[in-house]
Amino acid sequence: MTSNYVKFEAVCRILEENNFDKSRLIPILQSVQEEYRYLPEEVMSFISSSLSVSPAVVYGVATFYSHFALKPKGKNIVRVCNGTACHVKKSAAIIDAIRKKLGLKENENTTKDMMFTIESVACLGACGLAPAVVVNKNVYGQMTPDKVVGLIDEITEAR
Amino acid sequence: MEKHLTINGKKVEFTDERNLLEIIRKEHIELPTFCYHSELSIHGACRLCMVEVAGRGIMSACSTPPEPNADIKTNTERLIEMRKITVELLLASHDRECTMCAKSESCKLQSLARRLGIEEVRFKNIARKEPKDVSTYALVRDNGKCILCGDCVRFCDEIQSIGALGFVGRGSRSKICPAFEMDLESSECVYCGQCSRVCPTGAILPKAEFREIWKALSNEKKKVIIAVAPAVRAALGEVFGVTEENGTEIAGKIVTALRSMGFAKVFDISFTADMTIVEEANEFLERLKKDDHMPMFTSCCPAWVRFVEQYYPDFIKHLSTCRSPQGMYGSIARRIMPEVLGISKEELVVVSVMPCTAKKYEARRAELAKDGVVDIDYVITTQELALMIEEAGLHFTDLEASAFDTPLGFKTGGGVIFGNSGGVTESVLRNIMNSNGDESEEFNFVRGENGVREAKLKVGGKELKLAIVYGLKNARRVLRDIRADKKRYDFVEVMACPGGCVGGAGQPVYLDLAVRKRRSKVLYENDKIMELHKPQDNPYVQKMYKDYLEKPGSKKAREYLHTSYKYRKRFKETLEIFKSPSDKAVNVEVCVGNNCLRKGSKKILKRIVEGDKFKGAVNAQALICLERCSKGPVVKINGETFERCAPDGVENAVKEELKK
Repeated sequence: MTSNYVKFEAVCRILEENNFDKSRLIPILQSVQEEYRYLPEEVMSFISSSLSVSPAVVYGVATFYSHFALKPKGKNIVRVCNGTACHVKKSAAIIDAIRKKLGLKENENTTKDMMFTIESVACLGACGLAPAVVVNKNVYGQMTPDKVVGLIDEITEAR
Repeated sequence: MEKHLTINGKKVEFTDERNLLEIIRKEHIELPTFCYHSELSIHGACRLCMVEVAGRGIMSACSTPPEPNADIKTNTERLIEMRKITVELLLASHDRECTMCAKSESCKLQSLARRLGIEEVRFKNIARKEPKDVSTYALVRDNGKCILCGDCVRFCDEIQSIGALGFVGRGSRSKICPAFEMDLESSECVYCGQCSRVCPTGAILPKAEFREIWKALSNEKKKVIIAVAPAVRAALGEVFGVTEENGTEIAGKIVTALRSMGFAKVFDISFTADMTIVEEANEFLERLKKDDHMPMFTSCCPAWVRFVEQYYPDFIKHLSTCRSPQGMYGSIARRIMPEVLGISKEELVVVSVMPCTAKKYEARRAELAKDGVVDIDYVITTQELALMIEEAGLHFTDLEASAFDTPLGFKTGGGVIFGNSGGVTESVLRNIMNSNGDESEEFNFVRGENGVREAKLKVGGKELKLAIVYGLKNARRVLRDIRADKKRYDFVEVMACPGGCVGGAGQPVYLDLAVRKRRSKVLYENDKIMELHKPQDNPYVQKMYKDYLEKPGSKKAREYLHTSYKYRKRFKETLEIFKSPSDKAVNVEVCVGNNCLRKGSKKILKRIVEGDKFKGAVNAQALICLERCSKGPVVKINGETFERCAPDGVENAVKEELKK
């Protein structure tokens, strides 16, 4: 079975689970993004046709929420909190350290090998742990540039 | 019980008004708004209609329902200051090259800035610098002028049910765009242009092409002929501050103006509207007899035609094959007029004046071209005609009236009322009732202001059911009822724009419904003073048939006056399921549109790709959508379409194809 078919079938399943209900557009897009790690245009068109809404509506929702990605994301997503507390505790240095470690140029957020995507987010609600970093679904508190580089090494070695 | 509230200290009675804004405007207070239209849903985004409600603070009048005994103030110092800041902020993100903007003078932002006495903008200008979207023949979009009121988005969605435009992004980065930020031509737009009518600024405008016409007019080797659509005479006067009861005087002034600009002949589209009726009524009676794809739909509105082609391919055969009056004018102008006027084909330049933006697109339809050359060179709107008159320095109001040129200038009242919703139906009735020996000429029951109107009448012992529709969302509802067998009609007239062509997007911008009603009345009054009312009585139409086209529905008439339609895809997207490395691979495209998907097209796709049974020699694609929804699942194998497919059948067909 081709991987494209598996993904297509997953989108169909997600639509069925949501009863092709247009008011469930956001949860549908969330689930689809988990499959593809982003929202490809043709899949958004397919969703719009299946829900009988115009593609402009789907695209509008997808661009409104920063959670949705229109470009492929890496396998591991590193979210660095840049809320007030984390910012004061020097989250900027953590972002710099990660970008340097991953060799990312300006305006580049995903590594060429599609292993890592770095995102800066506004407040994760973990201000007590500032500065906080979330790698995939795990939260790491009181980070330093050294610690975060260590985290990335761990993931790379575990591969 | 009577309900009252107080506006600026005055006690005012109210009944069922939806919001404070309606009550305040009834009191003749022009509270400014950008995002409020009585035709559209309430958005509450522009924050200009703010009022002070005692005990509640500052509220937006458009989204606040009235409460008895409320004490409302509309113009306090706080409110004035607030409105000023709002407009200043809008101006700060606005491309303020107003002197070069076609919307200048009718721009709401400009007039509001003047009304509020804004003399400087205290904020840095951060207008979006983006190239304009000039991809269509009909419209130009300029995001630098957009104030994000969302009127275009809501009109396209709520009245036309298209949704070609939407909001993209968020906050300071938000803008209005077609899906995936593609250009308008690649979107689902049907070119009705109503977005440009409701746009308060110059962010969406009809595309102007009149400057090209000046070039043709100054070229001595060219003879430029022009024809004016019926609805134009009902609205052009508004630009010059003149209105009259029946439009005759204004039509006459238009003729004089066009002659003095150098047009060789000035014709009237109402003439070809007469021909359209004769031809279309004949087609209708024949189809009625044979029960050939009934109900028959009118085909004079290009936005409606495009809508059927995009969304209802199974209804394409229901469209009358008659060209629109503009289409017929183009054909006659190109193929017959050179001989009649004694000018060579190379010299001839053909222009039309339309109340419509979609007509610009229609003129360029490949189906209306011969050997790749379109019949009509330029289509200008009523707005553009007004600009040409101004540019030529003509005092429109002082011009003498003169008559249209023959033969394409003589018309009956039946051709003139084409510009109103219901006009086509009424003219068709005048024609067919006559051919059935009935002498009645009054078919006023098809007139009216509602978006969907139904009528019944007896013709030759048979009861005919008619529907007259405007607005594409209304049309969608009617089509759905027809498809579900809930309604049965024989004849359906659809115009995309509310009110028909008089409310077209090429007309001077109107926002008050009273203006549209007045235009509509002008055309009916014009009909009244006409010598003839039935299109078939037009002696020049009769002569045209006698000399060139034999009779309605003849082979010649079909060649000159009819056209064809085709399915136009809405989405360009396909989902690549498997791409074969071989260039000789069999292409299998499976429709995964809504209907096919529910009828099991996924299983077909699965059968093709599972277990690598074709050893990678098959390209598999999921497609949205092949639009044969009632006959799904639909599969295309190497370009050949198969309906009502099942996995086994498709697998066998692919095997057969591989053997070839």
